[in-house]
Amino acid sequence: MTFSPELEKKLAKLIASYPPGKEKSALVPMLMFTQDEVGCITPELVQEVAKRLNIPPVQVDEVVSYYSMLHRKPMGKYHIQICTNISCLLWDADKLFEHACQKLGLGHKQVSADGQFSLEEVECIGACSWAPAIQVNYDFHHHVTPEKFDQIIDSLKKVQ
Amino acid sequence: MADLVTLTINGKTVQAPPGTLVIDAAKRAGIEIPAFCYYEGFSLQAACRMCLVEVEKMPKLQASCTLPVAEGMVVKTESDPVVKARKSTLEFLLTNHPLDCPVCDKGGECELQDMVFRYGAAESRFTEIKHHVDEKQWSPIVFYDAPRCILCYRCIRVCSEGMGVGALGIVNRGVYSEIAPSHGDHLECDECGACIDICPVGALTSGTYRYQTRPWEMKHVGTICTFCSNGCKTTLGVRNEKIVRGNNRDKSGINGEFLCIKGRFAFDFQDHPERLTSPLMRIDGKLQEVSWAKALEAVAKKFAEVKARNGKFGIVGSTKTTNEENFFLQKFARQGLGTNNIDHHRSGDVVTLMDALAGRTNALATVEDCYQMKAALVVGADLAQEHPLLAYQLRANFRHHNARVYTVTRGPVREDQYSVSRVRTEPGKELEGVESLRPMLSQEPELLILFGSSIKGEDVRRLVAFADSLNIPVKYICLVDYSNSRGAVDMGLLPDLGPGYQPVDNPGLTLPEMMAATDLDVLWVVGANPLARYSLAAANAFVVVQEMFLTETAQRADVVLPAASAYEKNGTVTNVTGQCQKLTAAAKTMGTKPDLEIMGLLAKEMKLNLGIWTVQSVFEQIRTQVRGYNIPLPVVATGQAAQTSPLNGRIPVISRPDLIQSASNTLFTSGSLGRYSKKLTSVLEYPGELYRP
Amino acid sequence: MLYNEPSPLETRVLTRRFGLPNSAHIDTYLAHGGYRSFEKCLEMTQEQIIEEVKASNLRGRGGAGFPTGLKWSFVPRQSPKPKYIVVNADESEPGTCKDRVLMENDPHLLIEGVLIAAQAVGAKRGYIYIRGEYRYLIDIMDRAIEEAYSRNYLGKNILGRGIEFDLYTHTGAGAYECGEESALLESLEGKRGQPRIRPPFPAVAGLYQCPTVLNNVETFCAVPSIIEMGGKAWAELGVPKAGGTKLTCLTGHINKPGVYELRLGFPVEKMINEVGGGIRGGKKMKAFIPGGSSCPVLTGEEAWPLTMDYDSMAKAGTMLGSGGVIIMDEDTDMVKAALRIMHFYQHESCGWCIPCREGTTWLKKLLTRLDQGLGTSRDIDLVGDLAQNMLGRTFCPLGDAAALPTISIVQKFRHEFEAKIAKVQVAMPASANHPFVVVQ
Repeated sequence: MTFSPELEKKLAKLIASYPPGKEKSALVPMLMFTQDEVGCITPELVQEVAKRLNIPPVQVDEVVSYYSMLHRKPMGKYHIQICTNISCLLWDADKLFEHACQKLGLGHKQVSADGQFSLEEVECIGACSWAPAIQVNYDFHHHVTPEKFDQIIDSLKKVQ
Repeated sequence: MADLVTLTINGKTVQAPPGTLVIDAAKRAGIEIPAFCYYEGFSLQAACRMCLVEVEKMPKLQASCTLPVAEGMVVKTESDPVVKARKSTLEFLLTNHPLDCPVCDKGGECELQDMVFRYGAAESRFTEIKHHVDEKQWSPIVFYDAPRCILCYRCIRVCSEGMGVGALGIVNRGVYSEIAPSHGDHLECDECGACIDICPVGALTSGTYRYQTRPWEMKHVGTICTFCSNGCKTTLGVRNEKIVRGNNRDKSGINGEFLCIKGRFAFDFQDHPERLTSPLMRIDGKLQEVSWAKALEAVAKKFAEVKARNGKFGIVGSTKTTNEENFFLQKFARQGLGTNNIDHHRSGDVVTLMDALAGRTNALATVEDCYQMKAALVVGADLAQEHPLLAYQLRANFRHHNARVYTVTRGPVREDQYSVSRVRTEPGKELEGVESLRPMLSQEPELLILFGSSIKGEDVRRLVAFADSLNIPVKYICLVDYSNSRGAVDMGLLPDLGPGYQPVDNPGLTLPEMMAATDLDVLWVVGANPLARYSLAAANAFVVVQEMFLTETAQRADVVLPAASAYEKNGTVTNVTGQCQKLTAAAKTMGTKPDLEIMGLLAKEMKLNLGIWTVQSVFEQIRTQVRGYNIPLPVVATGQAAQTSPLNGRIPVISRPDLIQSASNTLFTSGSLGRYSKKLTSVLEYPGELYRP
Repeated sequence: MLYNEPSPLETRVLTRRFGLPNSAHIDTYLAHGGYRSFEKCLEMTQEQIIEEVKASNLRGRGGAGFPTGLKWSFVPRQSPKPKYIVVNADESEPGTCKDRVLMENDPHLLIEGVLIAAQAVGAKRGYIYIRGEYRYLIDIMDRAIEEAYSRNYLGKNILGRGIEFDLYTHTGAGAYECGEESALLESLEGKRGQPRIRPPFPAVAGLYQCPTVLNNVETFCAVPSIIEMGGKAWAELGVPKAGGTKLTCLTGHINKPGVYELRLGFPVEKMINEVGGGIRGGKKMKAFIPGGSSCPVLTGEEAWPLTMDYDSMAKAGTMLGSGGVIIMDEDTDMVKAALRIMHFYQHESCGWCIPCREGTTWLKKLLTRLDQGLGTSRDIDLVGDLAQNMLGRTFCPLGDAAALPTISIVQKFRHEFEAKIAKVQVAMPASANHPFVVVQ
C-alpha cells in the first residue's frame, strides 16, 4: 500500500520522532493520519501499518477497536460530530442532535447515501464553555443553535 | 536470602521474603484469596478485583495480587467489607453472563460457579437486557463464546508469555471488549489449547470436548502423552471407555501447565474407525480376521520352527511402547529366540553421548533444568516444533530468570524472539556455529546443551570436547523423537547393546541390515512401521506385526496382532531427559491387548520361560537389572518422574551415525500415529497458514 | 483566538498574553518576556528549580491536584535511563476546555514550561499527547515547536549551552481513559489506552519504563511564571497549600460562560454572579459541579458559600478537579443529567476491570429506564447501591469518577427520580421485588 508523498513524508517524520526500537509508539498517530487519507481503517491498512511498524496485525486490531475516532467503515466527506455531554446538554445539545438527525436524515453513526455527510453523537470535545458545540471533521463550531446548524450544513452543501 | 517480612493475615502470623505478593504469602500460609486474573507465572493484571483484601491503615480495599508484603502489615481476606465487595463484583460479572451453566462445558468445574457458590451472589437484581454476541469458531480446535468471557486475560497471557505465540488479543472497549484471534476471524497458532485449559469459565471451548459430556461423568486418568519424547503428563477424561478430553489442569507432572496439541487433543487415534480390533492372518493371500488363539498359535509355531532350524529373525521394537514391553521384547529375542537381531528406529545419538560422558555425574539435564539453568545452547533443533515442552521451559526460564539462550539452527526458530545470539548454519556445520559462540559461552556460569539428530557420531564427541574446553559446568540433552525413544535405547533394543548399555557378545543385525537381508525368515515388528521407510528384501519372510492400525508394515504382515494403545496400558516410559514415568490405562478398546500381554502369551504358547510378565514384575526386573534404573518405586508409583542415570563407563560401541535420523516432526505430525489423529489432520488441512516462528 | 470576553476580575498570569496580536508566534512570546524563565533556569541547579516549584504550592491542574514539585522530586535523576517529559493534553473531562485555549493562544508558554521541567530532571526528549479531536492544536503546537527549533530553544545545543532537548506532538484518537496518566503512557507506546498497575509511578517507570515527568498542560504553563515571580510570590496568589491561579471553565446555565483565570480561593458566589454574570435567565442554581463531571455534585445551597480551592471543596465533600465548573439551574432534569454523565463513563470505560466495565453498563441501562419513569423505588436504591459497589474497587479512578456524581445525585435529588416514576403507572407497584410491568 502506498500513500501520497505528503503523507509518506509525514509518516517518516512521525516514526523518526520516537527512540530507536520504540517505533510502535507511532501506531495511534499513524492510524489517524492514514485514516484521514484512506477514509477508514481497512483490513489492508491494518496489514500495512503492522508491516511498517513490525508488529503482529492483532496488535493493530486491538488498538483500532479501542479508540473511538478510528473507524472501520468510511464516514461521510463531512463527518458531523455533535457533543451531547453534560455541559452541551445543559444548552440543549440533545435537541440539537435531534434536529441534526431530521436535517440530515441520519441517525447516530449513519452515513448519507451520497457519502457526503455522516452524523455522530460524540462525547465531550472540549468546548464546554461555548456550548453547544459540534465538530465538522476537525473543525469546531461553537454556540450552535438549530438555525446555525442549518447554515453550516447548507454552506457545506454549496461547497460540493 | 534477605530477611523475611512478618505480617499478619487473618490473625495468623506469616513470614515471606520481601517482594512477595500478599496473595502468594496467604496461599503459602494456607489461606486462599480468590482471583480470576491472577495466575502464578504470568504478568499481573489486577483486573478482576476479586482478590481485594482489607489492609489496616489503608483506606480502600487493596488488590492482593499486586500488593507486596510489608513489615507489620495486617491483612484480612474474608472480613465483611471484603466479602461484600466480592459479592458485588460477582453480581456485576453475572449481569452480562448468559448463565447457560446447564449446557456449558465448564459446568461443574467452573471457577465462576465456584466463586458465586462461595460468595453467594445468588439474588439477581439485574433486570435489564444482556449484551449478547454469537459464538465464534476460530480453528478446528478453538471456539470462543464472548458472553461467557469474564475478561481475565489469562488466555492472552498464556499464549503470548507462555507459548511465545501471541495469537490472542483484546478488541473493542468497555463492555464490548472481547478476545480476538490473530487473523481477524481465525487463529493461526500452535493450536495447543492452553487458552482453553486456562480459561476459568466456559468462554473458550475445544472442538474435541465441547458438548460431549459433563465433567462429573468422566473418570480422570493421569498418564503420559504418547507422542513426542518430552514426556508430558496428560490427564485423560474418559467416559464409557472413550477418551473425550486431555488436559493437565492439576499442573502435576514435569510439564506443569503445559501441553501441546498432541497431549491435549490428539488422543482421538484411540477410537479411530480404522483401529484394529481383531487379529488378522494372511489366508489365501488376504488378511482375514481370526481369533486370538489361532493367531498366537500360528506365530508361536512359526517362531519355534525358525528357531529350531537356526533361521534368521529380525525384530523391530517401538519408540512408543513401554519400558516393560521393550525390556521383555529384547529378552524374548535374546533369551527366547537366541538372536541379537533387534533394533528400533533411532532418532538421536544417545549412545555416543553416554560414552562421551563416561564416568561423569550430573551431566544429564532434566526438564526442570531447562527452566533453572542460567544459559542454554540449542543446536540443530526447532524446539517449538519438535520439543514443545522443552521450548516452553526455556521460554519460562527466560521470562522468570532471564536465562540466556543461544541457538545454532538452520532456519529461524521461535527461541529467536528472546535468544541472546542466533547463528544460522548449513546442515552438518553446526559445530562451526557453536565454535563462533565460544567467547560468549565461556562467560556463562553454566550451560545446558540441547542437540538434535544432526549432531551424531564423532560430532557428539566434538561437542562435548568443546563444552569441556569452556571450563564451566555443562549438562546435556540428546534430543530424540518419541515418547519412549530414550527408553528403547536404555532397554537395549539395539543389536550391539543390551539393557543399560551393556555390550552383547555377538552383535546382531541393525534395522537396515535386517531389511536388506534376503534370507530373513521372520520379521517381527512391535509397534513400528519400518516399511514406511525401507523395503523388505526377503520376499518370503514371515512378518508378524503388533499394531493399532493397518500401517504399511501391517499390510505386508502375515499375522497382525491388534495392540492396545499407550493410553490403554500400564507401564513406564522414559522421556528425552531420562525421566521415567508411569503410564496408567485410561480406556480400553475391545479386541486389543497390550504388547506385553501379547508377547507374554506368545512366550507361553512357545513354552518359553521368560519369567512372569506382569507389568509390575517386569518393572522390578528393570529396576534390578538395568543400570541407572534403580529408581525409587514410590516416585514412579505416585505418578512422578524418576530420574534414571545410565551413565557408566565407556561403551565399546561402533558409532553408526548413519542409523540415526529424526523424523523432524512438527507440532502437527507424529510419524505414523499422527496420521490417525483426526484432530492433527484437521489442523493440517485447515485453510490458512500454520504458525511458524 | 478567544472564544469569550475576559473578565476584569481575572488574575491574568498564565493568560496574560491572550488577546495580543499573533499571540501564538514566538516573536510575540519573546517580546513579552517569553523564554526568560528558561534562561533563568540555566543558571539554577536542578534542586533549585524543583525547590522553587515546591515553594509555589503548585498542584497538578489535571484534576488530581498532586503537588507538582514533589512529583518532580520523585524522578531518580541519577538513573542511567533516559528521562522523558510528557504533557497531558488529552483534555477530555466533561466541563473542561482550558488546555485548549492555553495551547491555542500561547503555545510557547507550554514549550517553556516543558523546557524548565526537562532542565529540572535532565530529560532530553518530550512528547505532547494531544487528544485526537484537537487536530488544529497539533498544527499550532507543531508550528510553535518548529519556531522554537529555529530560534535554538529546542534541539541538540540549546542556546549554545550544550543542552539537548527534542519535543514532539503525539495525537490521541478518542479515548477519555488516556487522560489517566498511565493509560496515556500506554497509548503513547502504541497500545490500548488501558491504565497500568501503580506503583511504580511514572516518575520512576513511565514512558518506556523510564523516569518520566507527566503533567497537565496548565501545570507546565504555570511553571515559567513561578520561575519568573519566585515560588513564594506565586504561591501567594492562591491560598495556603494551593498556590497560584487556576483556569476555570464556567459552563452550563450561566450568562457568560467561558474560561477565566481566577486566583485559587476565589469565592463561588462572586465567580458565578460577577465573573459569569449570574445564572441564566435569573434562575436559581439547583446543582453545581466544581471541576468536571467526575466530581460529586453539590446543591446550589451547598455551593454558594464555598471558595474555589482544594480544601474548601474537599470539606464540602467534593473536589476542585480540573476547573470545569458545571452549573445547573432550577429547571434541570437531574435524572437526565445523571444518565448523561453515566452514558459518558460507560462509553469511556476501557473494560479492563469488572466493576467499572459492568457497573457503568448496568447503571446506564438502569438510569435510562428511570429517566423514562420506568422503575420502582427499589431501582432508585439500586442506583446508589451499584455506584457504591464500584466506588474504591476499580482498577483506576474512572470507576470512582462514574460513581461519585451518581451517588451524590441520587442522594441529593432522589425526589426527582421518585417524581419521574410516579408519573408512569406501573402495574404492580406494591411489590418492590417484582420486575415492573408498564401500562402507559
